Amino acid sequence: MTHSVITKEMKAAIGVESEPVVNEVEKGAIIKFAQAIGDQNPAFNNEQAARNTKYGGLTAPPTFLRSMKLGKARAEIVKPYSATLDGGSKWEYFEPVRPGDQITVTHYLADLHERQGKLGNMLMIVRETKYTNQFDKIVVLQRSTEINYQPTK
Amino acid sequence: MAQQIYFDDVEEGFEIPSLRKDPTTQQLVKYAGASGDYYQIHYDKDFALRNNLPDVILHGALKNAFLGQLMTDFAGPDGDLKALHVQYRVMDIPGNPLLGRGIVRKKYVQDGKNFVECEIWLEDQQGQITTPGHGVVTLPARA
Repeated sequence: MTHSVITKEMKAAIGVESEPVVNEVEKGAIIKFAQAIGDQNPAFNNEQAARNTKYGGLTAPPTFLRSMKLGKARAEIVKPYSATLDGGSKWEYFEPVRPGDQITVTHYLADLHERQGKLGNMLMIVRETKYTNQFDKIVVLQRSTEINYQPTK
Repeated sequence: MAQQIYFDDVEEGFEIPSLRKDPTTQQLVKYAGASGDYYQIHYDKDFALRNNLPDVILHGALKNAFLGQLMTDFAGPDGDLKALHVQYRVMDIPGNPLLGRGIVRKKYVQDGKNFVECEIWLEDQQGQITTPGHGVVTLPARA
């Protein structure tokens, strides 16, 4: 690669935490999410059946937190290419997510790196999102990768 | 409630129960509503075609959810999902069934908990792996 698309301004955005935003976990939203992904597990769908689980009630499916609102970034980057694809996610789970939980969401840009691949020059944008509950416990950490690239046509 | 699998029952190389999913365009719309991801490539075919895509495509996050289900089904009511890592390698389109599969790669006890690490993936009907990943669960031990 002759020159990097990662500018000084972009590097300066790494590690800058977003504004926090609090999301309340609604029971109906959990059930709607479970139904949308086609997961019949009673732990996610049926309050009465979930009473008999170790959590004594409904919990959210593993990727439910995708539906949470994100806080406004305090440092934004201007993406060098016009198209972006979701590359993947890495989740770490610490606490269950329950109806009524107040989840504080913050995120920050964790890493930028360039790669050559099927899509040509790609900028990999890695963000980390932290979900904390009302007991100040980290519930989930999520690291997601966006692939920014220039479409050929 | 599904039957519980125990730490004692799995060994490295154990194949976890597979999960078949049949995504439809309707499911993509439901997922868009439930997740709040309204990017048009997932439900507006004209928009998708204009973006050089073959059709509307599955949300990567929906495939992530399928692999989440594969792991929570495997962990059972007394197990817990501890980590999940997925990569969206190949696009999938509605109407094409996907099969979630996994193999136990490692089991160990740490801090009194029974960890099982699995290589997991979604494959299409041609057997092509579109979504590789990795999942870690804790399982109860037989008393």
